[in-house]
Amino acid sequence: MPLFGKARPGQAATLIKRHTAFSRLWHWVNFACLIILLMSGLQIFNAHPALYWGKDSHFDSPALSIGAERDANGAWQGITRIGGYRFDTTGVLGISGPPDDLERRAFPAWATLPGPRWLSKGRQWHFLAGWIFAPMLTAYLFYLVISGQLKRRLLPRRDEWRHLGETIRDHVRLRFPRGEEARHYNLLQKLTYLLVLLGLLPLVVLTGLTMSPTMDAAWPWLLDAFGGRQSARTLHFICAIGLLAFFLVHLALVMVSGMFNNLRSMITGRYALHPELPPAQPHAPSSALPPQQEPRDD
Amino acid sequence: MTKPTDSGRRRFLTRSLMAGGATLLAGCDALTRSDAMSKLFDASSALTQQAQRLLASRQSLAREFTPADIAPTFRANGTTNPDEEDYRKLAEGGFRDWRLEIGGLVDKPQALSLDELKTMPARTQITRHDCVEGWSCIGQWKGVVLGDLLDRVGVRDQARFVVFHCADRYRGGDAYYESLDMLEAYHPQTQLAYALNGADLPIANGAPLRLRAERQLGYKMAKYVMRIELVESFTHIGRGRGGYWEDRGYNWWAGI
Ligand code: HEM
Repeated sequence: MPLFGKARPGQAATLIKRHTAFSRLWHWVNFACLIILLMSGLQIFNAHPALYWGKDSHFDSPALSIGAERDANGAWQGITRIGGYRFDTTGVLGISGPPDDLERRAFPAWATLPGPRWLSKGRQWHFLAGWIFAPMLTAYLFYLVISGQLKRRLLPRRDEWRHLGETIRDHVRLRFPRGEEARHYNLLQKLTYLLVLLGLLPLVVLTGLTMSPTMDAAWPWLLDAFGGRQSARTLHFICAIGLLAFFLVHLALVMVSGMFNNLRSMITGRYALHPELPPAQPHAPSSALPPQQEPRDD
Repeated sequence: MTKPTDSGRRRFLTRSLMAGGATLLAGCDALTRSDAMSKLFDASSALTQQAQRLLASRQSLAREFTPADIAPTFRANGTTNPDEEDYRKLAEGGFRDWRLEIGGLVDKPQALSLDELKTMPARTQITRHDCVEGWSCIGQWKGVVLGDLLDRVGVRDQARFVVFHCADRYRGGDAYYESLDMLEAYHPQTQLAYALNGADLPIANGAPLRLRAERQLGYKMAKYVMRIELVESFTHIGRGRGGYWEDRGYNWWAGI
């Protein structure tokens, strides 16, 4: 039920309750954990900056490697290889730092935790944050299912698929829903959140565990599920990059679709539904902003 | 649309976020070095150990592979050619004068030659070696099951850890050593290996004898083992954290 009445065109914004206390707590704890896990993970990666596919490492044919090589003039170049391709990534990957103090390292100091090369501490941060991140994720996923929020807020309804084209068009034009329509996630949001919550996040935990030799003895199916420890390491990395990509797009969309309102909704729970804009022309095509008439179940 | 107060608040929010981020980055390295964080890291590792011990039973085995999976060359890491004089002499003599000393909290301390070890029942296993750096390598090991050896010398009840003292000083520093608790020491795959891929153990991989603890990371698996000591606590050895790398910030629990 709406908390403060319905948003109607021509009215001031209406505040609704958008996020529950547990959702907000999880969101911010998860935010901190993901940053620590990503940056300490890059520190760990730097200890052996190459990825392989399979049970063990085929050192002469990595799927990805980041290193430094001397060019024809003897100057250091950062070189990243993916499959058969070779990229010059000097300054960021392979070699980085201030010009008078260049350092040969895969990911640059500003991207790793700790900053200096320090594998043992990178691992300490990673596993400490992992102990907060994985139990919180498990609790949150249970909570979404048990409270019915997964079904109510995240699983797409059948009729939504019909508007997929419009939703994509509106997103590309950075035109975000207002009024009643903004009360719920749209299809693209739902699909993205589902992919992250049920896909990337559980996968990053499971592939992380597969890299543990003791876990492989406890749960040998992990190795079969991911095609071996080195495949798991590669998948873990891909998940990490996927989460980073999600994070950047998420951040950008939070900013352009009303940063203050969005942040407030994730801190206090209250979200303002701004009234729908009056039609630009008297006879605007009705498909531009389809009015939401269906009854809602919450 | 936007009230003036909103834009003010928005600017404030943006600035605080950016300032917060910069402070956070600078603070993180200082935090990493703090005693409080060290305690937290130790607690987290102890939790990992307990959780993994709960999930992996005493007997649960590390995966064993087929001969087709064996890597063409087994990567050697850490010390690959000890230059300590005593070790060089033993190596030049084909390790005929080498003896594995077993002492500490045992009933019958012994010194065993390589040939004597080879007459004991052997176990052969093709397993994956996981380095803490991130790479893995598959090889075939043959050696004496550590549990058999411990039974032979009679472990006293007070003994809680098996310490492996090695011939090498990594980068000329302190002597390498490692330790296992009794549970991991008596695991059926835990062995002292003298052969790799069907040949005598090469010097690069720890000749004449190295530890295999297949549910642990590579740094646990001491190479160039000279002496085994059963102890109640390892706090008096090295810097007291149970191993060469443990003394340098790595976790004693090397199951992940
Ligand atoms: C509880 C969850 C997690 C566990 C148990 C875990 C475990 C691990 C382990 C054991 C390693 C070391 C691999 C090696 O030896 O090279 C590692 C590396 C790494 N982790 Fe995680 N991790 C978790 C979550 C995450 C998350 C959420 C991210 C990113 C957002 C992440 C990013 C990385 C990266 C980039 C590496 C570097 C090497 C690689 O790509 O595998 N990890 N993780």
